[in-house]
Amino acid sequence: MLSAESLAKIDFEVSKYPPEQKRSAVMGALRIAQVEKGWLAPETIEFVANYLQIAPVAAYEVATFYNMYDRKPLGKHKLTVCTNLPCALSGGVDAGKYLQQKLGIGYGETTADGKYTLVEGECMGACGDAPVMLLNNHKMCSFMTNEAIDKKLAELE
Amino acid sequence: MLEIEIDGKTLTVPDGSTIMDAAHQCGTHIPHFCYHKKLSIAANCRMCLVEVEKAPKPLPACATPVSPGMKVQTHSAMAKKAQQGVMEFLLINHPLDCPICDQGGECQLQDLAVGYGGGVSRYEEEKRVVVGKDMGPLVSAEEMSRCIHCTRCVRFTEEIGGFQEIGMANRGEHSEILPFLNKTVESEISGNVIDLCPVGALTSKPFRYTARPWELSRRKSVSPHDGLGANLIVQVKQGRVMRVLPRENEAVNECWIADRDRFSYEALNSTARLTSPRIKQGGVWQDVDWQTALDYVAHGLQCIAKEQGAEKIGVLASPHSTLEELYLLQKLMRGMGNGNIDSRLRTSDFAADMAESGAPWLGVAVDEINKQNAILLVGSNLRKEQPLLAARVRAAVKKGAQLSQIGVFNEDPLCKLHANQLVSPSDLVSRLAAVVAAAAAVKDVAVPEALGGIVANVDATAESIAASLIAAESALILLGDVAQRHPQYSVLRQLAQALSDISGARVGIPAEAANSVGAYVAGAVPHKGALGVTAKTGLNAAQMLSSPLQAYVLFNTDIESDSENSAQAITAMQAAKMVVVCSPFQNELANDYADVMLPVAPFTETAGTFINMEGLVQGFNGVVKPLAETRPGWKVLRVLGNLLQLPGFEYSSAEQVRDEVLSGNKADVKNLLNNAVAEQSVACSVVSGLQRIGEVPLYQADNLVRRAESLQQTKDAGVVCASLNPATAADLGLADGGMVKVTQTGSLQLPLTLDERVPTGCVRVIAAHPATVALGASFGPISVERA
Amino acid sequence: MAIFESGVIFEGVDTSDLNCWTLDAYQARGGYQALRRILEGKMTQDDLIAEVKGSGLRGRGGAGFPTGLKWSFMPRNFPGDKYVVCNSDEGEPGTFKDRDIMRFNPHSLIEGMIIAGYAMGAKAGYNYIHGEIFEVYELFEIALDQARKAGLLGNNILGSGFNFDLFAHHGYGAYICGEETALLESLEGKKGQPRFKPPFPASFGLYGKPTTINNTESFASVPFIVRDGAQKFLEQGKPNNGGTKLFSISGHVNRPGNYEIPLGTPFAALLEMAGGMRGGKKLKAVIPGGSSAPVLPGEIMMDLTMDYDSIAKAGSMLGSGAVIVMNEDICMVKALERLAYFYHEESCGQCTPCREGTGWLYRVIHRIENGLGRPGDLELLDSVGNNMAGRTICALADAAVFPVRSFTKHFRNEFEYHIEHKKCLVNHKWC
Ligand SMILES: Cc1cc2nc3c(=O)[nH]c(=O)nc-3n(C[C@H](O)[C@H](O)[C@H](O)COP(=O)(O)O)c2cc1C
Ligand code: SF4
Ligand code: FES
Repeated sequence: MLSAESLAKIDFEVSKYPPEQKRSAVMGALRIAQVEKGWLAPETIEFVANYLQIAPVAAYEVATFYNMYDRKPLGKHKLTVCTNLPCALSGGVDAGKYLQQKLGIGYGETTADGKYTLVEGECMGACGDAPVMLLNNHKMCSFMTNEAIDKKLAELE
Repeated sequence: MLEIEIDGKTLTVPDGSTIMDAAHQCGTHIPHFCYHKKLSIAANCRMCLVEVEKAPKPLPACATPVSPGMKVQTHSAMAKKAQQGVMEFLLINHPLDCPICDQGGECQLQDLAVGYGGGVSRYEEEKRVVVGKDMGPLVSAEEMSRCIHCTRCVRFTEEIGGFQEIGMANRGEHSEILPFLNKTVESEISGNVIDLCPVGALTSKPFRYTARPWELSRRKSVSPHDGLGANLIVQVKQGRVMRVLPRENEAVNECWIADRDRFSYEALNSTARLTSPRIKQGGVWQDVDWQTALDYVAHGLQCIAKEQGAEKIGVLASPHSTLEELYLLQKLMRGMGNGNIDSRLRTSDFAADMAESGAPWLGVAVDEINKQNAILLVGSNLRKEQPLLAARVRAAVKKGAQLSQIGVFNEDPLCKLHANQLVSPSDLVSRLAAVVAAAAAVKDVAVPEALGGIVANVDATAESIAASLIAAESALILLGDVAQRHPQYSVLRQLAQALSDISGARVGIPAEAANSVGAYVAGAVPHKGALGVTAKTGLNAAQMLSSPLQAYVLFNTDIESDSENSAQAITAMQAAKMVVVCSPFQNELANDYADVMLPVAPFTETAGTFINMEGLVQGFNGVVKPLAETRPGWKVLRVLGNLLQLPGFEYSSAEQVRDEVLSGNKADVKNLLNNAVAEQSVACSVVSGLQRIGEVPLYQADNLVRRAESLQQTKDAGVVCASLNPATAADLGLADGGMVKVTQTGSLQLPLTLDERVPTGCVRVIAAHPATVALGASFGPISVERA
Repeated sequence: MAIFESGVIFEGVDTSDLNCWTLDAYQARGGYQALRRILEGKMTQDDLIAEVKGSGLRGRGGAGFPTGLKWSFMPRNFPGDKYVVCNSDEGEPGTFKDRDIMRFNPHSLIEGMIIAGYAMGAKAGYNYIHGEIFEVYELFEIALDQARKAGLLGNNILGSGFNFDLFAHHGYGAYICGEETALLESLEGKKGQPRFKPPFPASFGLYGKPTTINNTESFASVPFIVRDGAQKFLEQGKPNNGGTKLFSISGHVNRPGNYEIPLGTPFAALLEMAGGMRGGKKLKAVIPGGSSAPVLPGEIMMDLTMDYDSIAKAGSMLGSGAVIVMNEDICMVKALERLAYFYHEESCGQCTPCREGTGWLYRVIHRIENGLGRPGDLELLDSVGNNMAGRTICALADAAVFPVRSFTKHFRNEFEYHIEHKKCLVNHKWC
């Protein structure tokens, strides 16, 4: 179900916690599984739950509580733009609009070529760098003016 | 203890109490939803907010611990305002579909809204809609928009059920209660979430939309299933049982019931009921009146007794029958001059009968289970044998008790295991013997001489089990259904006895059926009369079936499913000259082997008594009139006694029968209970070849559950297949699955499943199931080959 | 780019140096001296806690609770494991200081946590890092590795016989996990739903064991206090408001970023440091302590100093030190709508008033903003807010209500105008 590499990474997460507290590793394990699979299908969640010996529904609760777990297949690149107030004051909303217009999709949608999924995000703790865009959940792109967005998307081509 | 004040009343409460506890103590009602005395405290509904002196804001009564001198106001302006505020929030997104809601009339939200809700809603935005969920055939989760997120159901499955099957997914307003995707709820006690749900979100699938609560009358009863004797409320409308709910009894079932207690009533209203006495003449069944039927039976039995001897007649009665019925049955038989009566239909080894000191029982009171420090389960899949007893065991483990098991299924007990040994049925004996030997070594005593012949290699598991039992202040060795049905049950009992003597642990034998203990008390066993007195002895169940008799009276049983060796039972019935079936139900196979069928009342249609596994005597009355021509069993037997001209059959009520058997004194029963067995020399029989593991699925255990439609749709109704350990399958060249042919007395073609939980050298094929009756002994030799 | 003044945490840190975060760079700045002094001098736990108490350090996570006092709540002779946990789940809109601490000076946090572990006899520590700053999480893992390899973590630290290990744990997108007990639940592998208190973490924390939770900045201040003395720290601020503090300035200023300045610095001076108002526009409003703090009109703000007491007196909170600056082009209804949406989306959902109330508030404000306001809506908002605040397990419900109350109080005319005229009073421009 998951590659040996992913399992080794999950084992590293497990090693951080007391032996009887494997459950603590579920957030890390779901993240690792998601990176490998692209998204969290029910079977993936169940696999992770069984691997950590917790109830599948408990893992499902976690996978649905936290925003960054993707429970539907999405585009090759997930772009999350923060539009919360501090960012909005420095161009967050405008950056989002620019992306919508440029990609021709709304928030929560994926481009027809399956390349991009655009998501409206909440505060990422990087308001000083506004506008900010999170690329594929893990890479923070700062000061995303229209030119910076053009450049970033060009890199992703 | 400390002193506090609630609404001006001073009271003394134990340290560590919450305001809610204290309010209960002084009879003050504080509105609440999420709080439930048996579940952990969530404090999330916020309905129970009260004013506490010096606290700047209202505090939740359910979660706030009391402190000395605390002054609480439950109805002050601050408290009321807070409670009303919460009620408004609960209602804004609630569909308010009370007129068509199944919970209407017994809904906590509805009830409290009357006291705390406003007349008009200030909420004019769109209401939330939550799509329904599939929780399986028993619990309906169709209307989840009604859910108020109290999480009682979630906490129940996790904390009482032992495994979280329901969760609250998503976040905030999007939160939804659901089982894991594409999974249903499988707990054997899942129905309790219906009672726990304070609104109409989780409802009973079989019951919903069949009646309004206010149309139902509530009658007390006792569960006829496992040996716990759960207390029930049976709800009735127009002479029909519509629903079954728990009746709280802290010492027995607390406030829970198992799913079979709750849903088996479906069988009572099913078309499978037998509605009239019937006689088979010239191979054709004919409805007849009672007089004709009973004359026929009396005449037939008298003829056989006269021509072949009374010892050619046998009575096999289900231990789910009432004390009164069982007593009259044995009185009838012994009156006719023989002791061929048995209710231990699934027992195969009776060698300990004459060594017994009394009726086998739980060994402790039911509510002492929670207080054990160590428990050893021998041959038991406790969750499926005794669902609520298993919940108590989990509660004990949660408190730190060490649970060990030596078993043949390796089913997950849903709690932490101290030691776990999976063995084949034949090795059950040697592994228990190893624990005895290990305990003897620790205590530096000798293993009883009689047990010396059993070869037992002490291993680390045996040592750790022995150590755990010895170290515990209170320890219990439970011999489960598999042990009780085991071909060497008498040896297991002696070993348990020896282990008890050495370690100080007590031995418990949880009664398989509602009245297994009652059957002993009634004398419905061949080796003892009522109340344990010496009486005419006779053949036990196995003997009656292995060498066929001329006539059988089958009482409240589908004998092919209720006896240890189904194929043998069918052969015996077919060979008999006369088979009288007294049962609430029709039975396909009986149509062939029986000669007379008498519709006797199920537990809801007769007065009766059950004695549970701790010896608790619980009487009950019929809650509805007997269906059609059905008659209470005790009445049928009384008339039969009269027709056979036996003395002492002049009863005018079930109470009279009960008073006679209990000599008017209930206390005596406890004195009859004793698990001790006298020493007998035993040897370990060597078993070679494949062994069958034929467990009885939860919903095949008795004639009621077998015919309860919704229960039959669950997994616990039994999966018909041959399960082998992958290693065994590989040895047999069956590693790639497919269909196999299994053979005992008869043969069957079954799909093969590979299952790590099956011990090697074994084939697991369920017993007591219509699809497997052609096979033989549940734990006997079996062969398997590619089909 | 972040901009720092000198101070406690960032003294000597050249953020333009790509290696400023490494163990070597940290040690060259005098890092781990505090820890060495404690271990070599066999400093007692009591003395250490007294030192932290004496510094006047108040929790930098929002509530401003005295750190030394919190440490003293940990049971002394507890037989089992104890934990220290760092709250780096910075998600309060406007706050972005902990991210910079961890990417430019992670060892100050590591050293602070080791010292805390020593002071409270903890067996291990966890740093819970906001999921969206995943690169910082990865960097922190490397920093931990450096410390472990240098014998600063693990068994027998620096040969002293003291054992303590530290691990990183990441969030994955849930603001509520910033609340300390939600964070503990999340660290245990569950949904981040806050726990009812009491019991408090000091008696029932991670895995049910005694636990102390502090904010990143709180821990990162500790090495300075131990190395340079409580008095020196205290002197950097003002009485009851010891030390320097990181302020995250965002919004309509020329140079948004983090500024580490002494507590008690006038707001006007801070605004100046941040380059003043962008485009020379007029200052309209400031949220001085993260989105949950009540908003204050610009005029009031210009008279305040940046410390716990001064801001509190004006009716707001210093909170996490996130200063959100808004100019005259902002429609306050629109600004509040965005915040209300945030709290509605981030409520964990367990408490009825918060789960239902945050949605209600948002929907009414959304209606007003979209020209569908009705007379009585402002009273309704007030009443719904009153039924939420103080009625829940954690303070998120209060945090959702504070902005609503303060926006409708200080800028009531804009809301009334909206309801009456179905449009904005100002010609709204986000930036
Ligand atoms: C809704 C909510 C969100 C919070 N978010 C954070 C946060 O992101 N970071 C933080 O350090 N504290 C946050 N807190 C405060 C913590 O609960 C806790 O008080 C703090 O971590 C204690 O650390 P300190 O004493 O060092 O300030 C939050 C509290 C609430 C109620
Ligand atoms: S106040 Fe809101 S966020 Fe806090 S615990 Fe309650 S529901 Fe969750
Ligand atoms: S009963 Fe107390 S909060 Fe629900």
